[in-house]
Amino acid sequence: MSASSHRLFSRQDIIGFAILAAVIFIVLPLALDSFRLNLFGKYLTYAFVAVGLVLCWGAGGILSLGQGVFFGLGGYCMAMFLKLEASTPENTAIQSTPGIPDFMDWNQITALPWWWEPFNSLLFSLIAVVMVPVMFAFIIGVAMFRRRVGGVYFAIITQAFAAILTILIIGQQGYTGGVNGITDLRTLQGWDIRTDAAKETLYYVNGVLLFACLLIAQFVRKSKLGRLLIAMRDQEDRVRFSGYDVASFKIFIFCLGAGFAGIGGAMFTLQVGFMSPTLVGIVPSIEMVIFCAVGGRLSIIGAVYGALLVNWAKTSLSESFPELWLLGLGGLFIAVVMAFPNGLAGIYAEHIAPRLAALFAKRQTPAAVPKPKPAE
Amino acid sequence: MTDKKIPNALAGPSRRAFMAGGAALTASLFAPKGLRAQEFPTAEVNTTGLAVTDDAVTIGILHSVTGTMAISETGSVQAEKLAISQINAQGGILGRKIEYIQEDGASDWPTFAEKARKLLVNDKVASVMGCWTSASRKAVLPVFEQHNGFLYYPTFYEGLEQSPNVIYTGQEATQQIIAGLDWVTREKGAKTFYLLGSDYIWPRTSNKIARKHIENFMEGTSVVGEEYYPLGHTQFNSVINKIRLRKPDVIYAIVVGGSNVAFYKQLKAAGIDPAEESPMVLTISVTEDEIRGIGGENIEGSYACMKYFQSLENENNLAFVKAFKEMWGEDMVIGDVTQAAYLGPWLWKAAVEKAGSFDVDKVRAASPGIEMTTAPEGYVKIHENHHLWSKTRVGRAQADGQYEVVFETADLVEPDPFPEGYQ
Repeated sequence: MSASSHRLFSRQDIIGFAILAAVIFIVLPLALDSFRLNLFGKYLTYAFVAVGLVLCWGAGGILSLGQGVFFGLGGYCMAMFLKLEASTPENTAIQSTPGIPDFMDWNQITALPWWWEPFNSLLFSLIAVVMVPVMFAFIIGVAMFRRRVGGVYFAIITQAFAAILTILIIGQQGYTGGVNGITDLRTLQGWDIRTDAAKETLYYVNGVLLFACLLIAQFVRKSKLGRLLIAMRDQEDRVRFSGYDVASFKIFIFCLGAGFAGIGGAMFTLQVGFMSPTLVGIVPSIEMVIFCAVGGRLSIIGAVYGALLVNWAKTSLSESFPELWLLGLGGLFIAVVMAFPNGLAGIYAEHIAPRLAALFAKRQTPAAVPKPKPAE
Repeated sequence: MTDKKIPNALAGPSRRAFMAGGAALTASLFAPKGLRAQEFPTAEVNTTGLAVTDDAVTIGILHSVTGTMAISETGSVQAEKLAISQINAQGGILGRKIEYIQEDGASDWPTFAEKARKLLVNDKVASVMGCWTSASRKAVLPVFEQHNGFLYYPTFYEGLEQSPNVIYTGQEATQQIIAGLDWVTREKGAKTFYLLGSDYIWPRTSNKIARKHIENFMEGTSVVGEEYYPLGHTQFNSVINKIRLRKPDVIYAIVVGGSNVAFYKQLKAAGIDPAEESPMVLTISVTEDEIRGIGGENIEGSYACMKYFQSLENENNLAFVKAFKEMWGEDMVIGDVTQAAYLGPWLWKAAVEKAGSFDVDKVRAASPGIEMTTAPEGYVKIHENHHLWSKTRVGRAQADGQYEVVFETADLVEPDPFPEGYQ
């Protein structure tokens, strides 16, 4: 092992982070009007999930088809706080019971359920955004990984959780808003989140949070833990026989991915203005895996681009061909997976990075910098 | 083929003549005939930067054309496009052709919100015809209110809403429910009801209203059961057993979507034939569109309560059905919501011409009191509360998938989205 691989950032990583930062914080805001920027803000919330999936799936070999659960839990925690703030007695004077969320009133509920009460507090809600998904992931993780459930069985079970949670939310509509979800969210501590200025601010907040998650992910990957994860993915038994507690590492990384997804869900709620079970179920969960696959499941930066690209394609295809766009999108996925199994990151690593590195090297000190080594 | 073509060719001119007559009628009610764009300079009719030019005005169509709701919403899209083409054939609105931008909500509520924002913020459309499910309407509502858009919403729905930015062209729950319950009690002597529905806001709210009406507003009637099943549920055997035990006079069914197929088939398989009327089946959720999936022979003899049936025999409707089939194919069926969607562009045209402006605030102010005498369902009028005064009808399902109208309220029923005593 060379010294450079112990460093948090290799030169390539620095280039990757710098370009991504430039894209998110400079290029997109300059190039897009506020409506499109808000859309990209929404796409970036999915990037949180995709980055989490790179850690779980790409590095750890844990394929979760239920990340929508954590995205949804984070989003619902945020939405509950915002809904309570929007449901002041003055705003809801028309209801039979003023002061409770409108959908509760429609379902003949006359008092706020006890478990909604804590969500009056912003601090509690922000903690819950991360901790509720993490706790849920922890329970699933303990139940699954301690029993050495893995691989395809784990994937199917997570999918079942996505289905269960959706049914639960839809079934308990008096407490959750049902199919409609929690809608008509207005202000955060008095700050109107619906204005263009607010959406722009939220976009940058979203970007900063995403970078924080990316840095954590980068740290995990470069640490000893990251190496262990890869070892577990490739030869789980050997790692176990070497004396490592494989289950604990898996639980940790699964919880981390869930926490990221929760933050993404909360940012989604803030930027889109509502939360609904359509973001929790099996289909969105699988879509999230697709973002990750298109971006490249081994690259955290690639995952961000994957989320952006797929969602942007979805929006622009559906705007141009409202009745045929799903076919086009399907074709795009097949093409990417067939031609570039490592996704966007694979394309970058194979074709762009060597040239960039060469260019970079020439500019600096042509003789001193060795050629980039093959991936270790 | 030739058989079909000849009557069509013959009917073409007469239909056009009729539609022109209808237009003359509409025009004479609201504005001088033969409006020319020059008389309405763009700067005056559009002071808020909407997509209005000297010869065109752009509106949005926002429905699901992909995903699970596509099958229901396609009829609405078709009806709206028909209305737009007919309005354009008559010279458009204030001398301007209507152009439309169609967006796909993809049966996904966040997508609806995204597309609504796109239509209002990017495309600056003057109005939007759109949404179908309550969930999609709830998702776009804040967007319309924030950006001051104007939505024409076609579906019969649960009420409890009255947005300044929406015109509800379908019936709200009390309009649809009360007249039907009164009819079944009066004409069929029904005393006991079993309420049944899919588990979401519309069936629950509707059944709440039905229960209040049965228990508090009618004599000697009672509810003997109330049950809900998740969307997409296909096992109704247990509830059918309960129904056989409790022997209600009426099964009041608000089952939606694909569940209907299973429900009516299992009902018949269990020996409860709606045609025998013991118990009878009364529904508010099965239009001609749904019967196509259920199969006429499975539902024959059930009663549906809504404001429109394709079989209505008035001149407006005959012309509408003919035009619809000419544009979209002979095998099309037209349900209640499709007809309500058809009203949207016409009501908007009337409001714009009354206001003499495309500005949303002025169109909103002009909307209450707008009348439409050319509606396929007959005469409708916009209420102060943005819903329509409309008649309620009861139809009996036929084996051919159509309804035979057996009852119609004498007067228009007043919309009451926040009914007192029913909360």
